[in-house]
Order: sequence, then structure tokens, then C-alpha cells
Amino acid sequence: MKILVCISHVPDTTSKINFTDNGTKFDTNGVQFIIGPYDDYALARAIELKEAIAGTTVTVINVGLADTEPTIRKALAIGADDAIRVNAEPTDSFFVASQIAAHAKGYDLVLMGRESIDYNGGVVHAMVGELLGIPSLSPVMKLDVEGTNVKMAREIEGGKESVEAILPLVAGCQEPIAEWKIPNMRGIMSARTKPLMVVEASGNDKNVVTQKFELPAAKGAVKMISADNVAELVTRLKTEAKVL
Amino acid sequence: MSVLVFVETGEGKIRKSSLEAITYAHLMGSGVTAIVLGAVAQPELESLGKYGAQKVLHVVDSKLDQPVIQAYASVITKAMQDEGADVLVLANSSLGTPVAAKVAVKANASFASNVVELPSTSSGFVVKRSIYTGKAFSFVELKNQKKVIALKKNAAEAKEVGGGAQIVPYAVALNDADFSTKIMSTEKATGDILLPEAEIVVSGGRGMKGPEHWGILLDLAKALHAATGCSKPVSDLNWRPHHEHVGQTGVKVAPQLYIAIGISGAIQHLAGVNSSKCIVVINKDPDAPFFKAADYGIVGDAFDVLPKLTAAVNAMR
Ligand SMILES: Cc1cc2nc3c(=O)[nH]c(=O)nc-3n(C[C@H](O)[C@H](O)[C@H](O)COP(=O)(O)OP(=O)(O)OC[C@H]3O[C@@H](n4cnc5c(N)ncnc54)[C@H](O)[C@@H]3O)c2cc1C
Ligand SMILES: Nc1ncnc2c1ncn2[C@@H]1O[C@H](COP(=O)(O)O)[C@@H](O)[C@H]1O
Repeated sequence: MKILVCISHVPDTTSKINFTDNGTKFDTNGVQFIIGPYDDYALARAIELKEAIAGTTVTVINVGLADTEPTIRKALAIGADDAIRVNAEPTDSFFVASQIAAHAKGYDLVLMGRESIDYNGGVVHAMVGELLGIPSLSPVMKLDVEGTNVKMAREIEGGKESVEAILPLVAGCQEPIAEWKIPNMRGIMSARTKPLMVVEASGNDKNVVTQKFELPAAKGAVKMISADNVAELVTRLKTEAKVL
Repeated sequence: MSVLVFVETGEGKIRKSSLEAITYAHLMGSGVTAIVLGAVAQPELESLGKYGAQKVLHVVDSKLDQPVIQAYASVITKAMQDEGADVLVLANSSLGTPVAAKVAVKANASFASNVVELPSTSSGFVVKRSIYTGKAFSFVELKNQKKVIALKKNAAEAKEVGGGAQIVPYAVALNDADFSTKIMSTEKATGDILLPEAEIVVSGGRGMKGPEHWGILLDLAKALHAATGCSKPVSDLNWRPHHEHVGQTGVKVAPQLYIAIGISGAIQHLAGVNSSKCIVVINKDPDAPFFKAADYGIVGDAFDVLPKLTAAVNAMR
């Protein structure tokens, strides 16, 4: 089986977000970049499938500029066999999806995260599925492959769904599909020599253009209420905050 | 310009988030057609008129009683064409978001999800989106003639604007490819208030000490008609079900009121709650980071404060 795992290169979950140049550029100052946390689940599940099903290979793909290579190498260290980097700035979901779709033909399973934690579109998987004309499903919390049949559990509002489909397909993953994997020393050493192919983007049809960014308005100071006077909280929520 | 709104139902009822989408579309100032798929009672369909729909396309096909994403996307794409709608509006959800993404590809539309405000059209068609898990916003221009907008839950208000809707049966021929994913069964969790749509959320962290103590938290939730949530370690430890886990890697909520009990306020948790209108924090540690993100705070022991709070709420009602 051939598996393609799509990884985004995003600010660590503890990052403070800032913008420069009049709110038009993301401020990378002091920001650590990681494999998207959901993408890490996708990668972990792919490696598990590779270990379970003989002859399985795992390729990772990222749409990004050269600065994403350490993130891609980390995915190789975790156990992917090879990698593709599409050399372009991933500004718009449709653009990213078209780049991925251009390389995803011939793969049996395309795994992604349920959403990237920067643009939070939660849409690339559905778009790639549509572009390839194959099923896509997200967020998938369980995925088992039996021959060409795939059994999945998908989270829905207030519950879950059991879903089946036939390969090839696209899945957006979330916990508890697999345990995150941490690279070991051997993985890190071998990642240096694994193939990382850099390709140029095909087309440039960006149908969504970001004009500027903005931070949320700062919160006012917290109003403290004594634990001996809990009823006052209820009164204030009703009359002052007007949320009851 | 006419706007099509995809309306979601759950257990035969229109979802609150879909009413928000209808009012949003109405406020865009153009004719609003709603599309509803699957079995739903006539009064529910008629009620869409009050929120701003002029016409309701009702697709009755037993194959669509289950929310099959691909089939829904095909029907809605066709309806956009037939209605000459340039814009599709719907609510972000486990059904709405992937449907929107597929329609956008099929209809060659520009697409934005997690939209939080009405579009501005002074220079291009620009919408404001929530990004970086609620830590920031972006303003994006949707350049194509056709546009798909998925609204963040609770970002728009469902308002009764009056009016009635004309209900029209609508049919689309579907093929096997539309049903290539098969829903084998659906498991509904207990509790009738959906966490992502809730007006009030009562959420507990590791400070609750164990699943056997959740009773006092559920009592408060019941008194407030609130949904319940939790921090990640709480669901990791299986104290609470996974779908209650709130935060950057869990459910993102945007209620009127979020009450956090025994949750420290790690940045990953805050990322899932920072769109709440009002945040109350109850924690025994006065230095808990959550107080910095709160509107109201009580320093105290949850086991002491919760029963008193529930009693005060019941006394007020
Ligand atoms: C990649 C990544 C993603 C993550 N995503 C999420 C996420 O989506 N959501 C999330 O919640 N976390 C997430 N986390 C975990 C997060 O960093 C914190 O570890 C977690 O939120 C802490 O949960 P907690 O506040 O319940 O527990 P703790 O940090 O242990 O805090 C317990 C709190 O309870 C208080 N307390 C104790 N006893 C009482 C009492 N009797 N009465 C009142 N208060 C009491 C304590 O003072 C303390 O503040 C993520 C972490 C990582 C690395
Ligand atoms: N630049 C990118 N390169 C490769 N994969 C990506 C990229 N951006 C997003 N993805 C994948 O698409 C998933 C959904 O992203 P999104 O639709 O942006 O929330 C992510 O979890 C990744 O698996």
C-alpha cells in the first residue's frame, strides 16, 4: 500500500501570535515551528500501518518554502520513507489542495490532519478528495484497513459515526487514531539521507487573497468575587455581563 | 445576487447554527433561498421564513436522511446553479465544512471557513476569519464570482426578522459515486445540548480530582441549561468522553458564558475558549494563569464553590 501524509509546518501550540508590517506579515520572531498536531496523528497512523502491512511505503508532502525542511526531516525521522516539498507559500487552502492533488495520484491512502492550526480551514482533505474524485472523510478517530476496505470512526457533533469506504481515499485525522511518535536516534540519523524531492508549484490560481491580519481586542481586567459571596457572581452575570 | 443557505437538521429539528446562517445571509441584503435535505417536519421548514429565508428548497429522498457528505455536496452544487446563486452560506460543522469545501471545488468558488462577520464589499468581497485557533483574525478577499462562506458557530446571531417562506420540493438525480462512503451506524452521546453550539458551557479540569466528582458540575450545568466540557487531560484520563475536550486540539467553543472549574488555563486550552463572550474561572490557586483570561474569578475550592453556585442559580430562576 502507498500512503501519502500531508504535513503542515505551523507555530508551536504555545506560541504567542503577532504580526508585523502593519498587520500584513506573520511575525516569526521567537516562534518555534512544528508538524501540525493533527498531522502528527496522521503520520503516526501511517507508520503503524506500514509496520502492520507488508510492502507499505509512507511519503510525506508539504507545500512550503525552504524553511519548512527541518519539519519535513522530522517526519522522515519519525519513520516516513521519503518526502516531497512543493516550493510555494501555502497561502490559500484551495491552492494547497491543488498542489497536493497534483502529486497524490497513485496513492492508496492520503492522510492529513483534521485541520491546520494556523489557518484552521479544516478543508484541504475535502478539496483533495474532490479534486481526485475519491472519497474523503474527517475528523477520523479510528481507521483500519482490511484489503481495500477501510473502516473508520468519525467524530460528529455530540457523538460518532462508523463509516466504511473502499481505497483509495483521503482522511483527516485526530486523536485517538494513534499515539504520537517521537523520533529516536536511529531515525534522526537515517532521516538525513532519505530522499526529499523539491518540486515547483503547478499553476498559481489563488482565488482567496489575504489582505491583512488583526489581533483580538485585549480583555479587561478580571473582576474577583469572594468565595463566601457566590450569589454576587450570579447577580453580576445577570445584570452586568447580561449573559444569564 | 441571490444567496443559498444550506440548513442542517438534527433529530428532525433545524440546528441553531443554521438559523444563524440564514439571518447572516438575510443581512447580506439579498434574496435568501434555504435548502434542507432529508426528513423534517413542515412547521420546522416554515420557521425558516421568520429568520430571513424567502424560499425553502426541500429535498425529500430517503437516501439523504443520513448526512452523506458527497451526496449533499452534489445536491447543493446543483441547487446553486438552478437558483443562480453566487454565494453559498452555511455553518461550520462536521457536515457543513466538508460539504462547503467540495461545493467550492465543484462550483469553482472562492471559499472561506470560520467566518465571523458580514462581508465588506467596499473594495472587493472581503470576509473576516478566525485563524490561529482564535488567537487572531485575517481579512481575506474572495476573488471568484462564486463564493462559499462557512460561519464560525455563534459568530452570527439568529434573529427573527419576520416574513414567510415559500416551500418548494426539490429533486436531484444522484449516482453511486455520491454514496461511496457508507455510514454503518451512528452513536449519539448523552446530553441534548451540543457543546459547539451551546450558549453556556460548564467545563471541568484536573482540579475536579476524578470522574466520581462530576456530579456537582453536572448539577450546575443542569441549573444553567449548559453543555459540559473538559480539559484535555480529563478526556485523556477517560474521566469524560473525548467529544467534551475543549481547546486547540479539541472542540472550539464560543458561548455567551464559559465557566472553567479546576482548569489551570494552559494556552492550548485558552485557544479553544477565547471566543467566549464572558469567562468565569473558579480555581483554588490565585496564580492560575486562567484568571488573566477571565472576566470574573473566584479563588476557592471547587467542592465548596460549586454547590453554592448551583444553589444561587436555582434561587435566581
Ligand atoms: C500539543 C498540545 C495540545 C494541547 N491541547 C489541549 C487542548 O486542546 N485542551 C486542553 O485543555 N489542554 C490541551 N493541552 C494540555 C495543556 O497544555 C494542559 O496540560 C491542560 O490544559 C491542563 O489541564 P488542567 O487545567 O485540567 O490540569 P492542570 O494543569 O493540572 O490544572 C488543574 C488546576 O486545577 C486547580 N485545582 C486543583 N484542585 C482544585 C480544587 N479543589 N478546586 C479548584 N481548583 C482546583 C489547580 O490550581 C490547577 O490550576 C495540550 C498540550 C499540548 C502539548
Ligand atoms: N502547506 C501544507 N502542506 C501540506 N499539507 C498541508 C498544508 N496545509 C494543510 N495541510 C494538510 O491539510 C490538513 C487540513 O488543513 P486546513 O484545511 O488548512 O485546516 C492539515 O492538517 C494538513 O494535513
